[in-house]
Amino acid sequence: MFALLPTAGIIAGAFFVFVGWTVIMSFSASRLLPSYEFVGGLQYQRLLTNSRWWTSMENLAVYAVLLISGCVCLGLLLAVLIDSVKTERLYRTLIMLPLSMSFVTTGLTWQWLLNPTIGIEHAVRGAGWTTFAFDWLVRSDRAIYTIALAGIWQQTGMCVSLFLAGLRGVDPSYWRVAQIDGIPVWRTYLHVILPQLRPAFFTAFILLFAVAAKSYDLVVTLTGGGPGFSSDLPAHFIVDQLGRHELGTGAAGACILLITVAATVGPYVYMEIRRQQRA
Amino acid sequence: MRRRIGRTTATHLTLATFAALFAAPIVFMILTSLKTLPEINNGSIFALPESPSLAAWSKAWGSACISGTCEGISRGFINSLAIVLPSLILCLALGGITGYALSLRASWHADALLKAILIGLFIPIQAAMFPMVIVVRELGLFGTRAGAVLVHVTWGLPFVSLLFRNYFLTIPRNIISAARIDGAGFYAILRHIVLPLSLPICAVAAALQFTFIWNEFLLSLTFAGAGHEPVTVALNILAGAQFGVQEYNVNMAATLLAALPTIGIYLLYGKIFLRGVTTGITKTRHA
Repeated sequence: MFALLPTAGIIAGAFFVFVGWTVIMSFSASRLLPSYEFVGGLQYQRLLTNSRWWTSMENLAVYAVLLISGCVCLGLLLAVLIDSVKTERLYRTLIMLPLSMSFVTTGLTWQWLLNPTIGIEHAVRGAGWTTFAFDWLVRSDRAIYTIALAGIWQQTGMCVSLFLAGLRGVDPSYWRVAQIDGIPVWRTYLHVILPQLRPAFFTAFILLFAVAAKSYDLVVTLTGGGPGFSSDLPAHFIVDQLGRHELGTGAAGACILLITVAATVGPYVYMEIRRQQRA
Repeated sequence: MRRRIGRTTATHLTLATFAALFAAPIVFMILTSLKTLPEINNGSIFALPESPSLAAWSKAWGSACISGTCEGISRGFINSLAIVLPSLILCLALGGITGYALSLRASWHADALLKAILIGLFIPIQAAMFPMVIVVRELGLFGTRAGAVLVHVTWGLPFVSLLFRNYFLTIPRNIISAARIDGAGFYAILRHIVLPLSLPICAVAAALQFTFIWNEFLLSLTFAGAGHEPVTVALNILAGAQFGVQEYNVNMAATLLAALPTIGIYLLYGKIFLRGVTTGITKTRHA
């Protein structure tokens, strides 16, 4: 069992000692340098009275809901369509292409497309529709939607492949029975096939939530958290605290983010552990 | 077996529309990278280039200035390879051994580690980042390639170990039991029986891990340090520069260049790439 030692050491160190250390820092007076002077809930108090933090948490809620619903609906629709035609390779390849690209690439690509001075708005106005406006990127009340748009573009492919794998795993005899009984195809999907895809829905939800919670690169490259701090996300806010010499406040934010992820993903991880142990 | 929803032509039309929408941003990037600057500023992103030129591509690759060094994105490529390849090899070696040991399920230690790995998959980097910076700095590795390799191996291990474990569970136990009866030890079995059988999963793990680390941004940005900027970081410096004239054609060419290796892996490996991304819990890491 010595073979387990290196990995066990690394994982114990990185994931449990370091997370514990972050928790301790969140109760300390750390600013530029880590300090271990206990200050109770002061950092949490500073965090929770910071309107930037609340903006970023609200944005996470908006982003997660849009990302999950957008990717799941679009992914399911496309998977059903792909599953029902014979020559589907090109469609599949193109739809999943963004998945192989980084969030930096995704963010930069959309930053140019949505940029009012050279992107879509500029092109449509140049074509004669001079009052056309698509300036979400520079509007503080809309910038978070551009992050959702870029995220959906990138992650839909993941949902398509999840649902496609699910659809192809369905026992063909369901289809035969439904056909013999003369049940319309859409009803077969709705009442027979989709309920069998429950694990895929579940997995998609969890994975997309994890993507939303960790989104740092997309914020940096697409909006920089702006205009102002209007499109900030917690993952970006926390890292930003490092540069502002507010280690303690950042650590407190990291703990709240961790609790948010644990509350959402925790039940799934628990079930997965049970399943893996039976496997 | 009929599972057509509506007419086939309509289905194809819908699919083609969506495929075009998903590909469109990349197509417009390619078109823009072939234009001149005045053409970009005065024209439309939807327009075809008047006289397509690869000048922006060659500048993006070899002579664009990124934080004072005018060697283009090629420098980021070299830095990325210098980080990705060692990380990849270490991750596969450690993850393979761990995955094999976990698949034997010989003790409660293995079960405990498996739980830790499954939890570790979901921990946001931010929750461990500040202590990680402190420790890597104490080791004298902050701002070095070795430091970047170390953190990438650490964050890649849970995923790779799990991938190998799930694969090794499919190897028939009889083969291993027979070898053990013949007197082979843990490493002899690993070397002579498990390793030759595990080339397919090594290919999957290598393709996925290359993609993840190549595309990674936060760890690279924080740990690699000045002069070692991998391609994602270099790209962000180049395209995010707020001063001077924005050379959109060069920036877009650089963005496409940076994405080429992982697009290539996806096109070459296609199926196994996606199978790796979507098998059970294994999809949890985004690059």
